[in-house]
Amino acid sequence: MQSSARFCVMGEKMSYEAVIGLEIHAELATRSKMFCACPVVDPQEAAPNTAVCPVCAGMPGTLPVVNAAAVEYGVRVALALGCEVNPRSLFARKNYFYPDLPKGYQISQYEQPLARNGRLVIHTAAGEKTIRIRRVHLEEDTGKLTHLGPDRSLVDLNRAGVPLLEIVTEPDFRAAEEVRLYAQALRAILRYLGVNSGDLQKGALRIEPNISLRPMGSQTFGTKVEIKNLNSFRALERAVAYEIERQAQRLEAGEAVQQVTMGWDEDRQVTVLQRVKEGEDDYRYFPEPDLPPLVLEAAWIEGLRASLPELPEGRARRFVEQYGLTAYTAGVLVEEKAVADYFEEAACHLSASVAPRALANWISVDLFGLMNQAGVSAEQIPVPAAELAELVSLVEAGRINPGSGREVLAEMFRNGRGAAEIVRQRGLEQVSDADFIARLVSETLAEHPAEAASFRAGKVTVLNWLFGQVMRKSQGRANPQIVRQELEKQLGNQ
Amino acid sequence: MPLSIEEVRHIALLARLELDEEALERYSRQLSSILDHMARLREVDTSGVLPALGPLTAAPLRPDEARPGLSSEALLKNAPEVEAGQFRIPPVFEGE
Repeated sequence: MQSSARFCVMGEKMSYEAVIGLEIHAELATRSKMFCACPVVDPQEAAPNTAVCPVCAGMPGTLPVVNAAAVEYGVRVALALGCEVNPRSLFARKNYFYPDLPKGYQISQYEQPLARNGRLVIHTAAGEKTIRIRRVHLEEDTGKLTHLGPDRSLVDLNRAGVPLLEIVTEPDFRAAEEVRLYAQALRAILRYLGVNSGDLQKGALRIEPNISLRPMGSQTFGTKVEIKNLNSFRALERAVAYEIERQAQRLEAGEAVQQVTMGWDEDRQVTVLQRVKEGEDDYRYFPEPDLPPLVLEAAWIEGLRASLPELPEGRARRFVEQYGLTAYTAGVLVEEKAVADYFEEAACHLSASVAPRALANWISVDLFGLMNQAGVSAEQIPVPAAELAELVSLVEAGRINPGSGREVLAEMFRNGRGAAEIVRQRGLEQVSDADFIARLVSETLAEHPAEAASFRAGKVTVLNWLFGQVMRKSQGRANPQIVRQELEKQLGNQ
Repeated sequence: MPLSIEEVRHIALLARLELDEEALERYSRQLSSILDHMARLREVDTSGVLPALGPLTAAPLRPDEARPGLSSEALLKNAPEVEAGQFRIPPVFEGE
């Protein structure tokens, strides 16, 4: 058992194990809705109630017709997760009354879902862990409610009927970190398959963990609490950690955990009660009488399997083998398909003598830093891949030093100009001339005799400060390795 | 198969129906007799028979092509109350 699986309350003898399962709802990026031809629109751009027809408004006498692309997308995800795809699955009605559900029921799948028994491998600090996937099924989204204070709410049905894929895991998670890693890995797969935007903020990908605690070593399950309203991976990890702690404290105090749905309050960083959950029986599921079974031909399924693109996991493995990257860096690069594509394009332009590992580090450290600062997504990197390769080649060949390289990259990021051009204009070409550097070092030591003396008296940290002075004197152009050697030499000799 | 008053009350709550005592009593009798009839059907041995869910054996699929639906004016025409292009409804509170 991994150490991350243990949860102990400080100062108490009793320790608990968290048992966590995950339901993920992914809006499928189809053009039209699940059961009617209404367009799927961006919730932030379309005016309310402008993408609604009698079918998704739940008008009497209408009939649903299944969207072929939604089925295909769902099967692609199921195959990517190693599921068994059911050749015959059934739609079912999930009945409940709520104003965002015009028909009074949601068309979903229940007893015979689209697919079952998949898995996804995550890479935790403690090693690999396989998360089992219980089921993958198709359903439709609800409308959107806006609560306007104590006297009224508003209903927009644009989202009602948008295709949703629900992906349910077995309760295989034991720690908040595992939950986040799984959600990130699943998001990457959905984006590689091109079936979902991966946008947690807009609710295109909704992650709902359910959490229960049990005494360490117990095989039974405790009462589970579901958390909704998580719109970032950070919120997901924090909410799960918070909820584990909250339940542990309740159990320690001898109180029972109630089966409820909690929401995550981002401002206060706490979970808050949303509603007492309806029992499964209360949904009164029954087979959807308006839809015959969904029947999929084996040859069609196999065709989709054969046409699956390279997925993040496989691509990361290839990056390790083909480019000699560490597993960690490969994992970071493949998470966004656009970044992985960018890396491979740049790698083609790299000088033969330069290790792709150096390029990977420039992307995952310096370029990511600039992207985060500017809020630029992987699809909008303003530095052409070939130009980044040129820059890395210049640094690796010792033509400019790494510090200058970072400055050049920042400028390339700002104005999209080429690496060689910036180096030439700013006169950043690295100087490795030994006599020139020796002169810089001796001048610096002469200007700072006190520091030089304190180094010789044993204060070795002064070396870094002196090094900085020499580099400044050279306006950042001196070859740092030679400067360091020269400094040590002169300080030792004098 | 008698259905208790409590069960009928619960079903009414799920259906958001408000029933008085007399109605609860009446529906309990009526629903129980429907269940009795279903119980008789369940006596037939159907092991090995696939459920016939409808006349079609496979759902027809629709190509993923979007078409405009109703105008929002037409959609909202029968709404009791409208505000900002949306259906206005009594307040809904989370935790209800």
